[in-house]
Amino acid sequence: MSTRLATQGRLVNRDTRMEFTFNGKRLQGYQGDTLASALLANDQMLLGRSFKYHRPRGVVASGAEEPNALVGLGQGKRFEPNQRVTTTELFDGLSASTQNHWPSLEFDVGEINNSMARILPAGFYYKTFMAPRFAWKHVFEPVIRHSAGLGKAPKDKDADRYEHFYAFVDVLIIGGGIAGLQAAKSAGDSGAKVLLMEQTPHWGGRAPVDGAEIDGKSAEIWVGDTLQILDKMDNVTIRTRMMGAGIYDHGYALGYERLGDHQPDAGLPRHRLWRIRAKQIITATGAIERPLSFAGNDVPGVMLASAVRDYMVNYGVSVGDRTVVVTNNDDAYRTAIALKQSGLDVPAIIDARPIVTSPLATKALQMGIRVETGKGIAKVKGHKRVEGVQLCLQAGEGSIIEEIKCDAVAMSGGWSPVVHLWSHCGGKLTWDEDHAFFKPDPTRAPTGDTGAAFVMTAGIASGDMTTGAVLENADAAGKAAAKASGHIPRRFAAPKAAEEPCDPMAPVWMMPQGASYDLRMKMWLDFQNDVKVSDVQLAAREGYESVEHTKRYTTLGMATDQGKLSNINGLAILADSLGADIPQVGTTTFRPPYTPISMGAIAGEARDEIFQPLRQTPMHEWHDTHGAVWEPVGHWRRPYAYQQAGETVEQAVHREVLNTRKRVGLLDASTLGKLVVKGPDAGKFLDMLYTNMMSTLKVGRCRYGLMCNENGFLSDDGVVAHIDEDTWLCHTTSGGADRIHQWMEEWLQTEWWDWKVYVANLTEQYAQIAVVGPDARKVLQAMGGMDVSKEALPFMAWADGKIGGFDTRVYRISFSGELSYEIAVPASQGQAFWDALREVGSAYGMQPYGTEALHIMRAEKGFIMIGDETDGTVIPQDLGLHWALSKKKEDYLGKRAQARSYMDNPDRWQLVGLETVDGSVLPDGCYAIDEGENENSQANMFGRVTSTYYSPTLGKGIAMGLVHNGPDRMGEVIRFGKPDKTFVEARIVDPVFYDKEGEKQNV
Amino acid sequence: MLILTCPYCGVAAEESELTAGGEAHLTRFGPDSTDADFQSYLFTRKNPKGVNFERWRHANGCGKWFHAARCTMTLEVFGTYPAQTTEPPQELLEKIAKKRPGFTAETAP
Repeated sequence: MSTRLATQGRLVNRDTRMEFTFNGKRLQGYQGDTLASALLANDQMLLGRSFKYHRPRGVVASGAEEPNALVGLGQGKRFEPNQRVTTTELFDGLSASTQNHWPSLEFDVGEINNSMARILPAGFYYKTFMAPRFAWKHVFEPVIRHSAGLGKAPKDKDADRYEHFYAFVDVLIIGGGIAGLQAAKSAGDSGAKVLLMEQTPHWGGRAPVDGAEIDGKSAEIWVGDTLQILDKMDNVTIRTRMMGAGIYDHGYALGYERLGDHQPDAGLPRHRLWRIRAKQIITATGAIERPLSFAGNDVPGVMLASAVRDYMVNYGVSVGDRTVVVTNNDDAYRTAIALKQSGLDVPAIIDARPIVTSPLATKALQMGIRVETGKGIAKVKGHKRVEGVQLCLQAGEGSIIEEIKCDAVAMSGGWSPVVHLWSHCGGKLTWDEDHAFFKPDPTRAPTGDTGAAFVMTAGIASGDMTTGAVLENADAAGKAAAKASGHIPRRFAAPKAAEEPCDPMAPVWMMPQGASYDLRMKMWLDFQNDVKVSDVQLAAREGYESVEHTKRYTTLGMATDQGKLSNINGLAILADSLGADIPQVGTTTFRPPYTPISMGAIAGEARDEIFQPLRQTPMHEWHDTHGAVWEPVGHWRRPYAYQQAGETVEQAVHREVLNTRKRVGLLDASTLGKLVVKGPDAGKFLDMLYTNMMSTLKVGRCRYGLMCNENGFLSDDGVVAHIDEDTWLCHTTSGGADRIHQWMEEWLQTEWWDWKVYVANLTEQYAQIAVVGPDARKVLQAMGGMDVSKEALPFMAWADGKIGGFDTRVYRISFSGELSYEIAVPASQGQAFWDALREVGSAYGMQPYGTEALHIMRAEKGFIMIGDETDGTVIPQDLGLHWALSKKKEDYLGKRAQARSYMDNPDRWQLVGLETVDGSVLPDGCYAIDEGENENSQANMFGRVTSTYYSPTLGKGIAMGLVHNGPDRMGEVIRFGKPDKTFVEARIVDPVFYDKEGEKQNV
Repeated sequence: MLILTCPYCGVAAEESELTAGGEAHLTRFGPDSTDADFQSYLFTRKNPKGVNFERWRHANGCGKWFHAARCTMTLEVFGTYPAQTTEPPQELLEKIAKKRPGFTAETAP
């Protein structure tokens, strides 16, 4: 059993107990524990189920590479699935629950998949769920969906807060082991601004666990001393619990700091995402131990040798009473020796190498540990827990020599440098034959904006495996990075370390070498996704030669650990199956983040009200307190309708339409874009931007204009007013003001930069209020001031003057078909002017109306709306707007495109009005259905609805739509498909439903 | 995330301050152009693996459009220059040729 030892545990404080729950069970650990060490101390080895076969799973590792021990953490608004217990710090009140099992962790029905493993090999889904077609929707998909995914997604809104942080440094160092510390010291000594981050809460990495000696001191002491030196350097910032998540272009990096995970009630942001710009980046990311591939290497109790050592030295937890060590290198001997020194039983060290003579091996023998060289494990006995191992010859096929009883297995297949961050931005790797790993190739480093390298490695991440070499190389990296970022390196010498000669490791990719199929299908490569040696071999036989294809076919390395633990083992098996060398097969692509980061950290503070800036008109407050139902329009909020007591929103909209049509309405039109275009060439410029002629517009007059892009498609529309000889004011759509401003700037700056034109966006400088309806003039006359009669201010004219004492600019333009004045006042006067109009207008029954009433009234008039009638594929000709296309102009943006054969084709879908035969309202966006089907077995279609409303004015449903040859089919009744699969018939009519002659707006 | 120096305001701008505008130095073809010329103006882009001349706007900054010569493979930036020109500055072309011996007029605009 796994248990807490009476002594050891350099990271735990035995004076402070922590209570936590695991699947509802109350357990205890110590301050400084990880959830993994606390669970193991309570003999909780079984921690989850694998993804495909639901095999029992326990902790394998002690760090970020853990693939198995994933749990749901927290509850309710703080629940988060798939959290690694090995990187979760214990705190008082922590609650964890296991995942991917039913009905319980101990008894999981899904384990039936395990007994069917023979018929569930790699690519099973691809091969099986091909036919029949109907089964996908009704059988396969629901079953797969039910079983897919490990943890459950949280349902509640996240209760925590998150933030972003910006940092600019000379040298960024990722990894706080002895290499990172030394690199920080040598870069800091040189005067560089340094940021050093370490993903765990502890400095020093593996060196203190492994008992290294540096400059005659223990690593533990050296780490403490170095930290003190760094602390005193003002130019060095050090951070723990902060992971280097990714390295990106031009020295950009992301750091992921976990501030609140271990102290959820401290009132801190939970995570902080650091957005870092560094001149130079040093990855001192260390190495990760690899498992060995032997049958049953996934049974709970089989762990990495380094993890077994970590749990004992760091947390005082023994994983088992009797631990068999199996290895292909010297490092695992350290585990055996440490276990033995703690009084635990090590029945044997099984070493695949035929001869071992290193000091470590000699020491183990001297301590009385049995060392079996040239041997391997044929099979691990046990199901939910290791019960023993079967010894065999490594060179053989797995004949059992002896069965050794044990309750834990510590395995080591060698180490792989953590090359992820190096590779994120294009750093290349080289294969190291001696150590059988990929390591960064410093001659092919990621390069930055000057073409020079901006990432280097330090320590084991470089592929240097001894303490002395690690420190020397880290010291050099720190100096080089300081120099590259503009500092003069100091000539301090690198610290020295005592070396322990090691025997070379032997690459062992399968144990035993000639294992039978039965053994190979029990050798796990990807522990979480259940990918075994036999699966990769099958993929190779089936022709998956590319490592990227094999990955996707078998799901090797696609689990949450992203292949950190054993991808190299998988690559080696693939290479062997293909008869190729490992470097020839290569690796899959390393992509950020290094380990998953929270969505909350990515979002930072951008949530709820501050998700994006909200634009408000000067009358926003008034609308809000007078029943406004808000509608988002671009970044604006506009009142959709003003709801009164006792009415529905729909009733409010209808009331507003009828009141405006019969009496007078008031609209906040301030969001309309207002761009001033000024200069000697302004007229020429507008003639290029609009499809119609603007230069000839008389001063004092307005004209409706269309803008197209160079593809010929409609992009925006609005009324242009000619203000004075060289000044025009262009109204744009509410959502389009910024875009059109930029569009104008783009042409002025990049194409016609010699034209004398200036554009200013005055949208927010003015409040614009529309007074609309038969009594609009009476209201303005009652306000007193300028002459607003038909003679003084005719339709499509504008004038400056005073109304009710306010300085105004009045446009006689109409989007409703009624008598209408759109009146601009300085934004600061908007609310006062609105109030004055309200007071005077009340005698005339004036009521404010919202955007929905606006939309209904424009649809009744057959006016198009950008974004409804247009979608980026519609040209003005489709909408019957030929009258707005100047034939006199030689050129305008979009003119050439509209002459293309496809655009010029009369066979296009064109705008018509639509009236249902039964008076109902057509569903928005529904299609006109023809006979027959297309090649994709979809009904043939020949039109669609673009705007559809109930018209309170006409008392029936009205719509506009684009229909094939529409204008030539007036009176024809066509069928539209509804979402409920029924049809509704509609007659093609003129799109102008109301006041066809346009007399009402022209009074 | 790239950093490009705006030639107008001199700010070394983060990519999030900028908007990309595609290939630089296109010749606009208007109403009397042939279908082939118009198609090439509207749709055909060099999209080189290597040195690319491209348009950027310092959108969340001074608002100006400028051009950048940048390697699409290594992201090396050879230089930026104002947009009011129909071709890259000669000295920039020479600088690129020095750094990239294979660089020829074919990949230049």
